[in-house]
Amino acid sequence: MSVKPTKQKPGEPPTTGHSWDGIEEYDNPMPRWWLWTFYVTIIWAIGYSILYPAWPLVNDATKGLLGQSTRADVAAEIQAYADANAEIRTRLVETELTEIAANPDLVQYATNAGAAVFRTNCVQCHGSGAAGVQGQGYPNLLDDDWIWGGDIESIHTTVTHGIRNTTDDNARYSEMPRFGADGLLDDTQLSQVVEYVLQISGQEHDAALATEGATVFLDNCAACHGDDGTGSRDVGAPNLTDAIWLYGGSRETITESVTYARFGVMPNWNNRLSEADIRSVAIYVHGLGGGE
Amino acid sequence: MWDYVKLVALGVIALCAAIAANYARDLAYLVNAVTVMLVAGGLFLWQVRRVGDEIRPKPALQTEYMDGVIRYGVVATAFWGVVGFLVAVFIAFQLAFPVLNFEWAQGYLNFGRLRPLHTSAVIFAFGGNALIATSFYVVQRTSAARLWGGNLAWFVFWGYNLFIVLAASGYLLGATQSKEYAEPEWYLDWWLTIVWVCYLAVFLGTIIKRKEPHIYVANWFYLAFIVTVAMLHIFNNLSVPVSFFGSKSVQVFSGVQDAMVQWWYGHNAVGFFLTAGFLGMMYYFVPKQAERPVYSYKLSIVHFWALIFLYIWAGPHHLHYTALPTWTSTLGMVFSIMLWMPSWGGMINGLMTLSGAWDKLRTDPIIRMMVVSIGFYGMSTFEGPMMSIKAVNSLSHYTDWTIGHVHSGALGWNGMITFGALYFLTPKLWNKERLYSLSLVSWHFWLATIGIVLYASSMWVSGIMEGLMWREVDANGFLVNAFADTVAAKFPMNVVRGLGGVLYLVGALIMCYNMWKTVTSAPARVVRATAVPAE
Repeated sequence: MSVKPTKQKPGEPPTTGHSWDGIEEYDNPMPRWWLWTFYVTIIWAIGYSILYPAWPLVNDATKGLLGQSTRADVAAEIQAYADANAEIRTRLVETELTEIAANPDLVQYATNAGAAVFRTNCVQCHGSGAAGVQGQGYPNLLDDDWIWGGDIESIHTTVTHGIRNTTDDNARYSEMPRFGADGLLDDTQLSQVVEYVLQISGQEHDAALATEGATVFLDNCAACHGDDGTGSRDVGAPNLTDAIWLYGGSRETITESVTYARFGVMPNWNNRLSEADIRSVAIYVHGLGGGE
Repeated sequence: MWDYVKLVALGVIALCAAIAANYARDLAYLVNAVTVMLVAGGLFLWQVRRVGDEIRPKPALQTEYMDGVIRYGVVATAFWGVVGFLVAVFIAFQLAFPVLNFEWAQGYLNFGRLRPLHTSAVIFAFGGNALIATSFYVVQRTSAARLWGGNLAWFVFWGYNLFIVLAASGYLLGATQSKEYAEPEWYLDWWLTIVWVCYLAVFLGTIIKRKEPHIYVANWFYLAFIVTVAMLHIFNNLSVPVSFFGSKSVQVFSGVQDAMVQWWYGHNAVGFFLTAGFLGMMYYFVPKQAERPVYSYKLSIVHFWALIFLYIWAGPHHLHYTALPTWTSTLGMVFSIMLWMPSWGGMINGLMTLSGAWDKLRTDPIIRMMVVSIGFYGMSTFEGPMMSIKAVNSLSHYTDWTIGHVHSGALGWNGMITFGALYFLTPKLWNKERLYSLSLVSWHFWLATIGIVLYASSMWVSGIMEGLMWREVDANGFLVNAFADTVAAKFPMNVVRGLGGVLYLVGALIMCYNMWKTVTSAPARVVRATAVPAE
């Protein structure tokens, strides 16, 4: 399909004289600005690679005339903030937990620091707004319903040691029996006690079954959840009489909870966060609205 | 004799695939093995029925171009394009509305499974078929020779598309190496290697038997693309299968070495697949459509060699501020900066080829598409070096900015130049006087262009916002935003991005309709293309 190259037309640059399937090529020079910009980038690249770590040698690489190191840069930046915050962090750790509230500067610092710790480490379960996930086992930290206690020392202990984990011997621990699955209650008793729980939490229920369930509750549940079902913070037994449910308050989810029990785990943070950070996040959570 | 060899080979393949399916250790491997068994078995039966046929079609004239395989390639390109864009739109909305990760489809149609399907469908299925089809077309025309290797070109086409089907079904069922753009598992890597070597043989064979004294610039780019992709593919897929009857494999490299090889591959997939290969396309279709000579031969030589020499070193800029040593990072960055002008050489040559034919911008929507394509090429090859600068990268890395950058290149440059080529090829390949409708091309042009603008601008806003939010610290040095805050803040931009994708998809559907009508109802052309050597 090759066509003979056409002659140079007046006013047009010469072609290279070849033609492929009718395509010809002008013999134009490279644009000067293009060529010079190309040269400049090459010169810049050589200069940059002399100033910064660049050329690999046998065991190492050139360090560059500026001696720049990204590790050193970031370490210096972190150190600068660490130095600036050193004094207040020392005071934060040395002040009695219950005394901190009396020092506005400590509270302000700890709230900022705790918020950052929370955003990085806690939001995965408790949500970025700290509202938890309703019915999924992730407690809301904004309300005044506390399973293991809501004063500053209790929160501090919970964050430090966690709940039901296997990595800290001092973790908060309790275990609800699997009343249904392990045959501790038969099906009748199970449905009776579920109706009773619905009753004390003010929900629609079967009154006859609930009356029977009251006995079942006293025999099996009251030891932890209390005679009146308001729970106990010593063993992390939730209050069953309010409308706040860690795993849902419907007939189905309560039945599931009684049958199989629940075993929510929170990691201990004493092996990952400094004492100052743990105190900060405890103060932050305490200050979210429900702190006691 | 040859028939019986083929029969034996197909029978053995079908049998081996059946055995492999029987011992399969995972679902993806099982489905892939069954697919291979069915394909080989089907071909076996087809072959058996042909054995002993006395009447054979006459062997094609060596003076005639081999266009059948290109016609198939054009159809495959359009088909995979639509598939890729469709998945794209769906996953874009999955990001905006996570509820679209349906509970019932977890493990099959959630974002994690669909994302590699999207990237592979657009880059390798749409882009790859476009490159194979156009390279076969261009190398024949500019060499004045029929494709070398007889039916080998058909093997390349079908083998490549089989690879795509196997890879895509594997992704959905969970077979992946977890290497971006190199997800297919070991046995597919082997298969692709075979297909690719055949592709190289067909292309190189045709160039060697060319009747033109010189090799046209488009063919340099195509050849660079084929050779380099072969090398990249092999090195990045060095892995040891856990079992011959399972899809899982273990990489030979580990840690930062693996990361470096992966991004050496990943970056040059962009450099040689999406840049060099498509520049090959640009160097043929732009001067043909504009009916103007290429602007500068000297520029094409210098920018070609500079481009392929510099591109191969730029990979480390994907790993700034990671476990990668600083010196490697520096070299990746300076090579990326030097790459700026060599990349722009292609843009200058493309745009300046149109000088003297600028009036066609008003009358020819295909030229308009090509110009916008080259424009986006210039923009993203400026943006790329800029983003490789460490200071910029520390803001842009891991954000939507990168996604926007990739898509202004992929939708703008690769997509638009491919559409232009398809519009050019369809009437030629089916012997039609002209396209069915130029006004539909105009519609496609505007829908696609507006779609790209929506996509790129929303991702710039979203990416820069995200980067700034991530690095924001208060007076005490504490982070201000949680990651979830940045996700929530991106919602409006994610919706706009999805809408941009819808426009682009609609444009592609219009193109398919236009191509279909061109083939079925545009007036026929009388002259038939034959290869005539240069005088």
